[in-house]
Amino acid sequence: MSKLYDPQLLIHDWEKLSKLIEPELEEAKRRLPKRIYDELVEKLQKVASEYGLTPDEAKEIVKQVIDEYEISLVEPGEPVGTVAAQSIGEPGTQMTLRTFHFAGVREFNVTLGLPRFIELVDAKKEPSTPMMTVYLDEEHRYDLEKAKQVARAIEYTRVENVAKEVYIDMATLSIVVVLDPVMLEDKGVTVEQVKRVLERLKLGPVRKEDDYTLVIELQVKEGYINIMELNKLKERVLNAKIKGIKKIKRVIVQSRRLPDGREEYYLLTDGSALKEVLEVKGVDPRRTITNNIREIEQVLGIEAARYALITEMKKVLDEQGLDVDIRHLILVADIMTQTGRVRQIGRHGVSGEKPSVLARAAFEMTVQNLFDAAARGEVDKLLGVTENVIIGGIVPVGTGMTEIYMRPQVEPVRREER
Amino acid sequence: MTAAVPPLVRRQRALVEEKIIKEIKFGILSPEEIRRMSVVAITTDQLYDRDGRPVPGGLMDPRLGAAIPGMVCETCGNDFRRCPGHFGRIELARPVINVGFARHIYDILRATCRQCGRIKLPEKELKRYLKLLERLKDKWPLLAKALVNEVKQRAAKTPECPHCGTHNYKIVFEKPYRYYEERPTGRVFLNPQEVRARLEKIPDDDVKLLGLDPKEARPEWMVFTVLPVPPIHVRPSIVLETGIRAEDDLTHKLADIVRTNIKLRESIENGMPQSVIEEWWNLLQYHVATYIDNELPKIPVARQRGSLGRPLKGLAQRLKGKEGRFRGNLSGKRVNYSARTVISPDPNISINEVGVPVEIAKVLTVAVRVTPYNVEELRKYVLNGPDKWPGANFVITPDGRKIDLRFADRKTIAESLAEGYIVERHLKDGDIVLFNRQPSLHRMSIMAHIVRVLPGRTFRLNLLVCPPYNADFDGDEMNLHVPRTEEAQAEARELMLVQFHILTPRYGGVIIGGLQDYVSGAYLLTSKATLLDLDDVVDLLAAAKYEGEIPEPVILSPKKKWTGKQLVSLFLPKDFTYFGKAKINAGRFACANELCWNDSYVVIKNGELLEGVFDKKAIGAEQTESVLHQITKEYGFDTARRLMDTLFKMFLRYIEKYGFTMTLDDVALPKEAYEKIREILKEAEKKVYELIEEYKQGKLEPVPGRTLEETLELRIIEVLTQARREVEAYVADVLDPFNNVFIMARTGARGNELNITQMAALLGQQSVRGERISRGFRDRFLAHYKPGDLGPAARGFVYHGFYEGLTPTEVFFHAAGGREGLVDTAVRTSQSGYMQRRLINALQDLRVEYDGTVRLPDGTLVQIKYGEDGVDPMKSAHGKAVNIDRVVERVIGWRM
Repeated sequence: MSKLYDPQLLIHDWEKLSKLIEPELEEAKRRLPKRIYDELVEKLQKVASEYGLTPDEAKEIVKQVIDEYEISLVEPGEPVGTVAAQSIGEPGTQMTLRTFHFAGVREFNVTLGLPRFIELVDAKKEPSTPMMTVYLDEEHRYDLEKAKQVARAIEYTRVENVAKEVYIDMATLSIVVVLDPVMLEDKGVTVEQVKRVLERLKLGPVRKEDDYTLVIELQVKEGYINIMELNKLKERVLNAKIKGIKKIKRVIVQSRRLPDGREEYYLLTDGSALKEVLEVKGVDPRRTITNNIREIEQVLGIEAARYALITEMKKVLDEQGLDVDIRHLILVADIMTQTGRVRQIGRHGVSGEKPSVLARAAFEMTVQNLFDAAARGEVDKLLGVTENVIIGGIVPVGTGMTEIYMRPQVEPVRREER
Repeated sequence: MTAAVPPLVRRQRALVEEKIIKEIKFGILSPEEIRRMSVVAITTDQLYDRDGRPVPGGLMDPRLGAAIPGMVCETCGNDFRRCPGHFGRIELARPVINVGFARHIYDILRATCRQCGRIKLPEKELKRYLKLLERLKDKWPLLAKALVNEVKQRAAKTPECPHCGTHNYKIVFEKPYRYYEERPTGRVFLNPQEVRARLEKIPDDDVKLLGLDPKEARPEWMVFTVLPVPPIHVRPSIVLETGIRAEDDLTHKLADIVRTNIKLRESIENGMPQSVIEEWWNLLQYHVATYIDNELPKIPVARQRGSLGRPLKGLAQRLKGKEGRFRGNLSGKRVNYSARTVISPDPNISINEVGVPVEIAKVLTVAVRVTPYNVEELRKYVLNGPDKWPGANFVITPDGRKIDLRFADRKTIAESLAEGYIVERHLKDGDIVLFNRQPSLHRMSIMAHIVRVLPGRTFRLNLLVCPPYNADFDGDEMNLHVPRTEEAQAEARELMLVQFHILTPRYGGVIIGGLQDYVSGAYLLTSKATLLDLDDVVDLLAAAKYEGEIPEPVILSPKKKWTGKQLVSLFLPKDFTYFGKAKINAGRFACANELCWNDSYVVIKNGELLEGVFDKKAIGAEQTESVLHQITKEYGFDTARRLMDTLFKMFLRYIEKYGFTMTLDDVALPKEAYEKIREILKEAEKKVYELIEEYKQGKLEPVPGRTLEETLELRIIEVLTQARREVEAYVADVLDPFNNVFIMARTGARGNELNITQMAALLGQQSVRGERISRGFRDRFLAHYKPGDLGPAARGFVYHGFYEGLTPTEVFFHAAGGREGLVDTAVRTSQSGYMQRRLINALQDLRVEYDGTVRLPDGTLVQIKYGEDGVDPMKSAHGKAVNIDRVVERVIGWRM
């Protein structure tokens, strides 16, 4: 039985209880971060109304929460970088190598697992499978048709995508484009639109032969027909852009159930063009995101890139079912973005820009680093870990952080005491 | 830092003067400097005379240092242990480019004027840039670098020199060391002499703007006129058993240089035609270049004995790569006082102990200072000597002499032991050692253990520490290191002992905990069906080294009976309260709260296990917020360790008594079950063939963005996966939930329902690269199927389990799928290993400062508060700073 408990003192009313433990709550407010304090108060309220609390019990809870918080803080000297690297690297051996079909969406292949993680720490210019999640604004997000409209506006559509057949008619020297009504409907393109696109190519007058057939009468220079040229022209016709954003190869509409029970539609795209997509009407620019970190850096800035790095890394690990504390990922993202631009973890980034010559030489490109250092007359101050390992010094982390040595004057033990 | 070196080690080092390295400055040696530090000019390529004595002026000149025992250095008069070696020099007849700086030279030549040597930018700009550079240099080295690059680039683009008006030609660099000027009349070769002359002309201020430090690295020093010759210590010759001397690669290369240099000088002095001189000059350049780096592009590799021999190792090759000086000898060093052998399990020792074979204990030693308190004990060790354990191998006298006890009179030494002596005694019980298993992926891969010297020839470790080391006993070997200094021993004891690593910083949970039989044993013991009589109780408690009262039995008559839960409760802290679901709380044993018929909801109030069983969720390794985790967090590491050394042993004792095993019958299904499974599969098969039919008739609706074939595959895989799932659910239903195999799966001891299905019913779809297996023969995997057969069997669906046995074709499918797993693991380890190396390298210098910030060693701020809240993930409650619900549970849980 707990000595804090006296059934007669049980209080269910929070108002009353909070008055009785005011000094403790004040103390908690001072020593705890706001988020934890708020949670504490909320939980106390709930528990009091449900089970009742004696003031002593409430005080004990408050005290233990404060204690536990303060115990959980990191200790000075903790080599948090190494711990983060290990915490991420160790489960790396358990990640899969394969690219999987995205859970639930069988239309796209998405790079996941170890290759994707390496891509992230490499800060690659472009991910191997660029992809965007496009959220829609209030007007478009609840309506499938409207969502589809936005999707059509984004998706890069070429003549090839809506044509059933494109061939060269050698007899009349023309290119015949037979359109596919189903695809036209699907992509939301009219025959007139296609006609205009073809006219803009300036290959010759465009004639509408029947409902779905367009004919371009080529203007060929006198007496000279080159099959290769013709085929090139055909290619140009096929690749002529009707609408959309160049890099967005495909868009699919997805839906999810919101907490309030409503159905929200959003878009997934194959290919990424953040800047262009954000400008499209109907897109919610505040939530729309891409998996291309460099693009985020350019369009939204370094803070956004940092955040995107964290979420992308977390996503990979979660998907693999690996439990890694978010703080480790935050640290990696912070060191990558610390200079104001995204740097890779590796010789062309964080490691290559270290101030220490020895640390750089010990990592990669040993000889080149030494010659460069010699030319520049660099000085290695031996502040880091690797340098001190090399010269046989004490590494400046953990217990090696202390610079003062205590020399207690030990009292000699008297003979009799032995 | 002097104070940091413990006196013990200092004494051993007394031979060499001790200095502290504060910083290391890099630069290029000037010709004057090279001459100044040189003790001899090397003038002949002959190494030894006929009597085998080194030739004066040769590459083995005794003035270069004493490198062999017994030799006295002619320069410093020291013997080989103290002589640091001395440099010599080769006076080159003509200058040659230092290949390492070839690129730098190119950049400089392009940016400067051939006539006046100034950077080809207006005076005003140069002044401004110089000022800017001085400002940036110390604070923003990266920006300074960018500025230098900008200056170089802009200057290289200007042909007209703004200072003297000279027109500059485009400079062409031909790898690895030739420069040309592209004049209207054609390409003109710039020989190293001309290059050097140009570099000499550049004023110091301009040198600075080119990113060089004129004090440490004048650009003309990048062209050798004198070549330093390293001391013999750097390139020792090896005397083979046959008595033949083999010289080091560097010596060979230097001999080549000397030889060519002599020839070059002769041809100049004899007034040979220019073309001959140039030929020798070029050869000299080649030798000097390959001496520095023998992996240069576009030139032949220098080899031992002509073009057939082994490539020689240049200076660069010594430093480079994994086995090079930096990564192989400086960042990672070989150590003494270490041992390695096979590991084997020992459930009887504590988790923080390691069993060390006597043979090893007799070789590894601990240095113990003689004090009045231990002198008697140490005398005994000395008397025992090196061959009898526990003995000692060496005694170090106060004047630093090391006496080898193998050859000394131990009695006299033992008697003379007094304060100030140091005894290198054998490893004995209670000593602290570091224990390691590679790959050392995280800090738990090296932990401190306490020595238990045991018979046998293997290291023994408690099974509970297998997860952090990722060790098993199929032949694994592990390493053991003895910390030498008192400081290191103290740190190992206070920070590295196994119990301090029960929690992992990766996610804030226990990484050391029950596994396999511990889990099964815990479940069986705590299960409701377990009733124990007095004999069992005594036996179990004894196994757990329990000292105390035996509790009241739950059943008094007709026979006294105790429950397992009662016994477990004896070991729990008396005020421990806990509520939580067990691992078996799933499927038909699911319960939402403590009102649980299945005994799958754990309730502990005031240290009394009232309800629920202990299984993986309660005591398992790599679990969060488990009973074990909460006890570790709330009662400390030592309580957790004690729990594992007592309670956990009881689990093992119980499973031994119980006689836990696995039989074929455990995965046998009744006849009707097989029929039912066959039915499920038939159904799925039918669906698959329907899909194939649709596909063949072109009726199949493709998924957008996928081809028809891909769509078909997707759909078939879906159908077959669904079928396997159905079978799995069915098997779980038919099997006796209390058969041994199923107990292991349910409690999380080993295996899962899928594994059981694979044994009892079917293996299911085998896959390679996420697809059904289709490659092998043309259009089919095996010749046993028709080409183009898309049916389940032809594409790797295995209808049988291990109980029934696989058909011959199924075996091949299974092997193909299994092989992929093996290949995958092999590839993955190398990839993730490299990623981890890069991560470590990028992050290792970060640390938390006393003010809670995270900084780099030069003070650069990386995080204002570690992890945004300053919480150590290891000490967190699975990531959260404080688990308030848990605190509430702790305080009032006993009455909840």
